[in-house]
Amino acid sequence: MTPERIKFHGDALYQALVDRQPIVPLTEREPDISIDDAYRIQLRMIERRLASGETVIGKKIGVTSRAVQQMLNVYQPDFGLLLSGMVYAEGQAIPANSMIAPRAEAEVAFILKRDLDGPGVTAADVLRATDYVMPCFEIVDSRIKDWKIKIQDTVADNASCGVFVLGGTPRSLRGLDLSVAGMVVEKNGEIVSTSAGASVQGSPVNAVAWLANTLGALGIPLKAGEVILSGSQSPLMPVAAGDSFHCAVGGLGSCSVRFS
Amino acid sequence: MTIDPKTIDSLAEYLESAELEAREVVKITDAHPQLTLDDGYAIQAAIRARKQARGHQVAGLKAGLTSRAKMKQMGVEVPVFGLLFDYMSIANGGEIRTGELIHPKVEAEIAFVLKAPLRGPGCHVGAVLAATDFVVPAVEIIDSRYENFRFDLVSVVADNTSSSRFVVGSVARGIEGMDLRTLGMVMEKNGEVVAMAAGAAVLGHPAEAIAQLANHLAARGEEIPAGSYIMSGGATEAIPVAAGDSIQVRFQDLGSVSMRFV
Repeated sequence: MTPERIKFHGDALYQALVDRQPIVPLTEREPDISIDDAYRIQLRMIERRLASGETVIGKKIGVTSRAVQQMLNVYQPDFGLLLSGMVYAEGQAIPANSMIAPRAEAEVAFILKRDLDGPGVTAADVLRATDYVMPCFEIVDSRIKDWKIKIQDTVADNASCGVFVLGGTPRSLRGLDLSVAGMVVEKNGEIVSTSAGASVQGSPVNAVAWLANTLGALGIPLKAGEVILSGSQSPLMPVAAGDSFHCAVGGLGSCSVRFS
Repeated sequence: MTIDPKTIDSLAEYLESAELEAREVVKITDAHPQLTLDDGYAIQAAIRARKQARGHQVAGLKAGLTSRAKMKQMGVEVPVFGLLFDYMSIANGGEIRTGELIHPKVEAEIAFVLKAPLRGPGCHVGAVLAATDFVVPAVEIIDSRYENFRFDLVSVVADNTSSSRFVVGSVARGIEGMDLRTLGMVMEKNGEVVAMAAGAAVLGHPAEAIAQLANHLAARGEEIPAGSYIMSGGATEAIPVAAGDSIQVRFQDLGSVSMRFV
């Protein structure tokens, strides 16, 4: 795809984000779009956000759960960047109308104390580089109309990232096997799903290693101090004003989020 | 009770021989649509009497249909309860002969061993935790005697809630400081993850299933005796298994449970 088209689509997605007006799938307008093109479009969209004053504070992994993979018919994860404008504090109400079609998903966030420079990053490297982990909610959103996304659409749209909330208690990974850590998710007080860390590539630690290696191949490190969202362990849950969600992870504590 | 003792005995024989001969049968409510839930439990008790007369002993109690999805599907508010017998126990890591079973499925759960009796009515999660000696991880092998695992509430109760085999893990822990709601379980079949859950999948808290069992027994003038081994019901979905399969379930803080089907 030509640089002009990359810029055009990146700008269109940025405008859709700012105006909260979704656009038609890129895969409908650019049938030949590759995943590489999509990442270049993502980069353009991010450039626009950085130019408006935001900073990069971390990375996220998407398309990790079987449910989402089946929906997209894609069996590899993708990634996006976390920006300073995406953070909500726990307890702070998120205005539901600040997004287009928000959906909540519960996951485990890693906060790094050392850089992870792939390729060649192993699960042990991830354990060594992790300062602490926290339960978290990512509120995904799609700038593509009606979530009609193929893998190229969601990649271009920064892996459908919306905003995120970190739970209150940081925990060390020492003595904690995240693959068997259970997760209980409640929507408005009712249990909607239970799962365990193994739902994300066998363990969230593996997912972070995958991200370090995938980004490493592109010359991008995971940096000390960054937040890494390791991928949803719950189904995507539609969100409306007045909803509240709670997730509790065995050995890790909990995270709550509510919408106004 | 809407049926006579003779019918109860003959239905008990019908279901127990189906179990012992590993043969599926038509569900009992097809021929006896008037059967009530109490009749179902009476048939289950008659199956127990038949086994005890042959020298078998009750090894434990179990709750079934404990997940919200299953309860909704069956249109019930409380779980069902059944009995585990000595010959159903398989050692951790042991072999299970599929030739003795019809269409087995496995589910992961948390089992309780009591140090004090539990008596309803009014039994609650707090009372269960206070009476718990320890918890152990467990896998139940269920095997409905009914065609295609299709049954109604009365039929499954009469069929001893599909009890077939069970495997108890090797790590026993007191419940102090343990959050059974968030305790994670990961089931692998032939090395591949096939099911995951946290304890809350069972009625919001696995101890709730034990409390409801105590309340169920209280209505019949019985209690759960001290020392009882009780399986709180499948937290994961039930996964079909066949000869050649191996199952391993890893439990958070409770080690793992494994078995092979031959």
